[in-house]
Amino acid sequence: MTATALRPPAAGEVSPSRRRLTPQRVVLHVFLAAVAIGWLFPILWAVLTSFRSYEYTATNGYVSLGGWTIDNYVTAWRQAEFGQHFLNSVYITAPAVLLTLFLASCVAFVIARFGWKLNLVLLGLFTAANLLPQQALLIPLFRLFTQVPLPAFMSDSELLYDSYWGLILINVAFQCGFCVFVLSNYMKALPRDLYEAAMVDGASVWRQYWQVTMPLCRPALAALATLEVTWIYNEFFWATVLMRTGDKFPVTSSLNNLRGEFFTDNNLVSAGSVLVAIPTLVIFFLLQRHFVRGLTLGASKG
Amino acid sequence: MSDLPLIQADRAVEPPAATTTTGGRGRRLRLLSRTDRVVITLMVLVPLLLVTALVWLPALATVLLSGTDWDGIGPLSDIDFVGGRNYSDVLTIYPPFMPAVRHNLLWLAVLFLLATPFGMFLAVLLDKELRGSRFYQTALYLPVVLSLALIGFVWQLIYSRDQGLLNAVLGTDTDWYGDPSVNIWAVMLASGWRHVGYIMLLYLAGLKGVDPALREAAAVDGASEVKSFFRVVFPVMRPINIIVLVVTVIESLRAFDLVWVVNKGRNGLELLSALVTQNVVGEASRIGFGSALATIMLVVSLVFITIYLATVMRGEDR
Repeated sequence: MTATALRPPAAGEVSPSRRRLTPQRVVLHVFLAAVAIGWLFPILWAVLTSFRSYEYTATNGYVSLGGWTIDNYVTAWRQAEFGQHFLNSVYITAPAVLLTLFLASCVAFVIARFGWKLNLVLLGLFTAANLLPQQALLIPLFRLFTQVPLPAFMSDSELLYDSYWGLILINVAFQCGFCVFVLSNYMKALPRDLYEAAMVDGASVWRQYWQVTMPLCRPALAALATLEVTWIYNEFFWATVLMRTGDKFPVTSSLNNLRGEFFTDNNLVSAGSVLVAIPTLVIFFLLQRHFVRGLTLGASKG
Repeated sequence: MSDLPLIQADRAVEPPAATTTTGGRGRRLRLLSRTDRVVITLMVLVPLLLVTALVWLPALATVLLSGTDWDGIGPLSDIDFVGGRNYSDVLTIYPPFMPAVRHNLLWLAVLFLLATPFGMFLAVLLDKELRGSRFYQTALYLPVVLSLALIGFVWQLIYSRDQGLLNAVLGTDTDWYGDPSVNIWAVMLASGWRHVGYIMLLYLAGLKGVDPALREAAAVDGASEVKSFFRVVFPVMRPINIIVLVVTVIESLRAFDLVWVVNKGRNGLELLSALVTQNVVGEASRIGFGSALATIMLVVSLVFITIYLATVMRGEDR
């Protein structure tokens, strides 16, 4: 992944620019290239370390070359049971993202479609909820989750605590705000004539939402889906405090499994880190456009 | 098409021009069928209930609990209100509190005074149509897609005492994550590494939205590039500036994952968020006390959330 990302600059620097290469521009390029490589370095270093055996780096030091192996990945995958944890992440992320987008688009539609005064309050309530510090809500939520029972077929903990359901709900509740904000702005920019035409055709509110607005929001939904998958996959805090059973943790909060009590094998940790990063990096490189647009959609309105 | 009376009525209400809210609502609801009204209610109510139950009520409960001595085990009827005692305890007999406040402020200062301006600076450089600009951008915001917990592990490869790159290169013997005199700086560097990319992205979008005519006019008037940026471009980006300010404050207040994966927020890495968590899931569950800490976080965040909302929703009610 990183290798493909590295190619453009080489090409860019070798071939002479169409514009005149003033000394100023050369300095600018050298500076930006240095910063960019500095920025990539920690990630590249992790990738490099992950492919080297611990025995080799222990005797020759890390500032050396050699000892290439893929054993770290094999060991990390087994020791930290990554297969199971990746699945857990999917169980949590996929429903949470779909539910977030669905619920948020419903609220956003009502806010954008109708001009009620209360809509402003609604928008404020949702947007602000996304910005509150999670830790400040932990105490009552922790109590709540340990009090709410779930039937045994939904979770073997028989509580909202230590269940996928609980994590999905809390992620949805927290992420809804951001999506409502972005989507309602997007929907407000759609031409209102659409609804008038739909109403003339006798379309109900639900059909206006589902068949008129939603198809037009595809770009915004794609951007948000990309962002939300990354964010919920990366979510660490709720899974750490609202889960107990080791093999139910999603992958991001199970990273600690790689760290020994008294001794840490850094080569193993780096292999684990790369494994955990792969899904987000794949999303990032495949859907970079959506990712960037999602982030800026939330902020560029003003 | 818009000359249909039914739709005219609908549009007439669209900007809240009606004299009173109830009057406006009553008139517009009559245009919707019963099913429509049920659908709209459900569309708003279900998400609203979820957010209220899992975000707003817990926030309120936190504030209420901060005035009690509840141990988290006994029945709710045993709760006694103790007024501000938890708060005075936080200030007087809880040694990690002041370091945590200091660290949170330091975190904010570093992100705000170093990482944010650097991100903005890079955005300005990248805004010029450069060859390879795409690569530079990608490299800079790549860390943004990684979780902060993961970033803690990635930087461990550099900071570790025995196996870390930094000690190998410098020939030192420092435990960068463990030594209380340096670890906060080590963690902040890792956090800033991610923050710069995020800020760059926000400003890059902001700069694209600035009318080029403004800059041309400044150039015609003989303003240097630096001068035209600070006098013309920067002030025009005011909404982005405020959003960036709030994002930075909220990020520094929420900072948690990094210190938690390093050492659960102890020994030089105390942060408010980590202290709250320690008081709930740790060995001692001190509910009232932890809630007082949480309430402090809530109040600070709400101030900035209000600023944020005022900025992004400006003009919506007009």
